[in-house]
Amino acid sequence: MLRLECLRSIYSQLEDCLVVTIMGAVAAELHSLGHRPNFFYLQHAMGLASSTGLGLALCLPDRRVIVFDGDGSLLMNLGSLSTMARYRPGNLIHIVFDNESLLSVGGFPTATGTGTDLEGIARAAGIPRTITVREVNGFTAAVRDAVQRGELTTIVAKVEATGPSGFITDLPLLENRFQFRRYIQSLR
Amino acid sequence: MPVSLQNSKLIYESLKECGVRLVSALPETWLVHLIRMAEEDPNTILVRLAKEEEGVGISAGAHFAGVKSAMLMQNHGFLAAINGIVSFAHLYKIPLLMLISYRGSFGERDPWQTQGGNVTEPVLRALGIPYFFLDNADSVRKRIRQAQTLAESSLQPVAVLLMRDLMWEE
Repeated sequence: MLRLECLRSIYSQLEDCLVVTIMGAVAAELHSLGHRPNFFYLQHAMGLASSTGLGLALCLPDRRVIVFDGDGSLLMNLGSLSTMARYRPGNLIHIVFDNESLLSVGGFPTATGTGTDLEGIARAAGIPRTITVREVNGFTAAVRDAVQRGELTTIVAKVEATGPSGFITDLPLLENRFQFRRYIQSLR
Repeated sequence: MPVSLQNSKLIYESLKECGVRLVSALPETWLVHLIRMAEEDPNTILVRLAKEEEGVGISAGAHFAGVKSAMLMQNHGFLAAINGIVSFAHLYKIPLLMLISYRGSFGERDPWQTQGGNVTEPVLRALGIPYFFLDNADSVRKRIRQAQTLAESSLQPVAVLLMRDLMWEE
């Protein structure tokens, strides 16, 4: 399964959501499908995309928040799963693209390639709904299910360790950040 | 436990007067009353963290949402949050109001706190983070208000150092 295909399959549903992505291939691929002012790409601070999504979800309980995380990033902040589980906002969907590697720095294998099960860790941390998917159809169904149930869900999407040739987009970090905040203020 | 209830209350009220609506925290002895006050306040969102660096992301999310926040942590927690401060708050110009209990300084009896006390200020200076000491109840309201104002106007992290003379009564 390709991450880009997963992103493409739910792209139209992202219009009404607040979206936070990690750096690297995830950010570049979502951006390549068409940037929107409700997308924030956290181009560093590995591990904090889920924390950012949690902050948004707790402050804006009427908005749906989707975090696109990765195995390397989540492994750097596993405690975030326990914090999300503690407050379990029903408007937060946590999607982890697990390619079992640190792709953007050369593809070194992460611990999920040697048996670490992020869905299992999320479940044991207390995330109320967790699922692992390996096909695009399963991915879209899992996202649809999470939206309908309105329950904090971690979706681990097993994807191939391939991505775009470069990661730099034409969107400066600060422009993205100010645009994202202004978009949220405009919702009031 | 001789943590000053009165001064904790003063600090909490000062945060409320600044419009702070979300508080992230990791428990530490000097912060126990402050955290309890946030927990018992129906108008405050308290986020108990596993590690202080998470608080940078939480505060960034709150800022995007238009909610003012504060981070309660020990100086060792500040040290644990540094990558988030640099590669999120500084990189993306995110205001952070950090209230840091200054353990390991004069009067410290716990040997395990003492190294963190030595490096807190040099690290704050190396990161270019404006900071101020709170060691006296008379200046609490004003200094917290000033710190919050600077964080919002400069869009950067600002540190208020909670000192033994303010937090500890014995």
